[in-house]
Amino acid sequence: MSTSSTAFFSILKRDLILAYRHRSELINPLLFFIIVVSLFPLAISPESKELRMIAPGVIWVAALLAAMLSLDNLFRSDFEDGSLEQLALTTHALPLLVLAKVCAHWLVTGLPLILLAPLLGVLLFLPAESMLTLVLTLTLGTPILSLVGAIGVALTVGLRRGGILLSLLVLPLYIPVLIFASNAVTVAGSGFPVAGQLYFLAALLTLSLTLSPFATAAALRISLS
Amino acid sequence: MNIFKVIWAFLHKFASPKYFYTVSRYFIAVFGVLCFGLMTTGLYFALFNSPPDYQQGESYRIMYIHVPAAWMSMFIYMVMAVASAIGLVWQIKLADIMAASSAPIGAWFAFLALATGSLWGKPMWGTWWVWDARLTSELILLFLYLGIIALNSAIEDKRTAARASTILTLVGVVNIPIIHYSVVWWNTLHQGSSINVLKGTSSIHIDMLIPLLLMALAFKFFYFSVVLMRARCEVLSRERNTRWVQEWVADQAR
Repeated sequence: MSTSSTAFFSILKRDLILAYRHRSELINPLLFFIIVVSLFPLAISPESKELRMIAPGVIWVAALLAAMLSLDNLFRSDFEDGSLEQLALTTHALPLLVLAKVCAHWLVTGLPLILLAPLLGVLLFLPAESMLTLVLTLTLGTPILSLVGAIGVALTVGLRRGGILLSLLVLPLYIPVLIFASNAVTVAGSGFPVAGQLYFLAALLTLSLTLSPFATAAALRISLS
Repeated sequence: MNIFKVIWAFLHKFASPKYFYTVSRYFIAVFGVLCFGLMTTGLYFALFNSPPDYQQGESYRIMYIHVPAAWMSMFIYMVMAVASAIGLVWQIKLADIMAASSAPIGAWFAFLALATGSLWGKPMWGTWWVWDARLTSELILLFLYLGIIALNSAIEDKRTAARASTILTLVGVVNIPIIHYSVVWWNTLHQGSSINVLKGTSSIHIDMLIPLLLMALAFKFFYFSVVLMRARCEVLSRERNTRWVQEWVADQAR
């Protein structure tokens, strides 16, 4: 095993262990996700016909907000205790280490969202045909949210009031994902093929997977300087 | 000495803040005059000397503001992206200043395009706003501008702010092709593009095309002169601790 992949996996393991030690913090975005989704039947109407119509959008918007809220933990504690500086000083490529951190973050925040989403789909009377598409779009989409969000976090981590600014920077970049994903789920409910939208999401995932670690690493270096 | 060397030498000289400050005054004057001339002739042709549209009557004339403003909102973003990239690679301070001073102007052009589009949409489509792909992506562009402005003002150190917004600008460049092709990809209510300069297959009458291009040029020169004005102020405030600014201020006070 080469040294780069050792570095990648040791960062991944470290972040997963850290996340496991702070289990209660991991639950919060999930609870937020569930509560936001359950507000819609109360606010709009408990009728199954209307809920079925808005379900794809509601689940996706809630997932997007939950992903954004959880982003703040990505670099914050490492930035404050100085370990981020140590990471930047190692001989390994910083984009690779950033990718490891984002992977760990996605495993502990994105993956539970995907597992939880079908349950919420049932609560909102989402048609059975859309369920698989919902899971597929979330599988392709939530890594994009983590990867793109990482750029925003890296830019704002050094600022005292980064929270609101983060949403202003990151949400516009999330919009294409939201459009393609919720459209795919809606279309799948009517029984039409959704391969086109899924290909677009896959293309966006490839783009963000290859480019975002470099942008994030550059942004981190700026925040650390 | 070949022509590139001359241009390079000029650009290098131009990028020094002091030289820029003294020379840009003349550029502003020239661009301002050009903008005024083009805009008055353009508006004259647009409002009095071009035929009404066979379908939309007189109300299509808002196009002469709407289309150039939409073009400018994308053009300025590309200028910002190129300036940021130059600032990132060659560490030229003036490029950072240009990018930072362009953002508010671009945001206003995006807003103008959306506002005039909505005014045009009311009589034509019967609604102020539709969630059409073109409109939505222009709105995203406006949000991107606002995000860049917010990031720029949130970071106190100007140098760090410039480098941070460079990254955000370059990431946001992905949105520009989406706006451009949105009409081709999802053709909903917004009409397709009528002008194709490269292929020469514009589906617009020449009497309408000429004022439109005049207005587009006028908007370009408006941007050039205003961005130079903003950049001049920015140069003065960033270089306030250098000797030439202090001497200049002392000169003014005398």
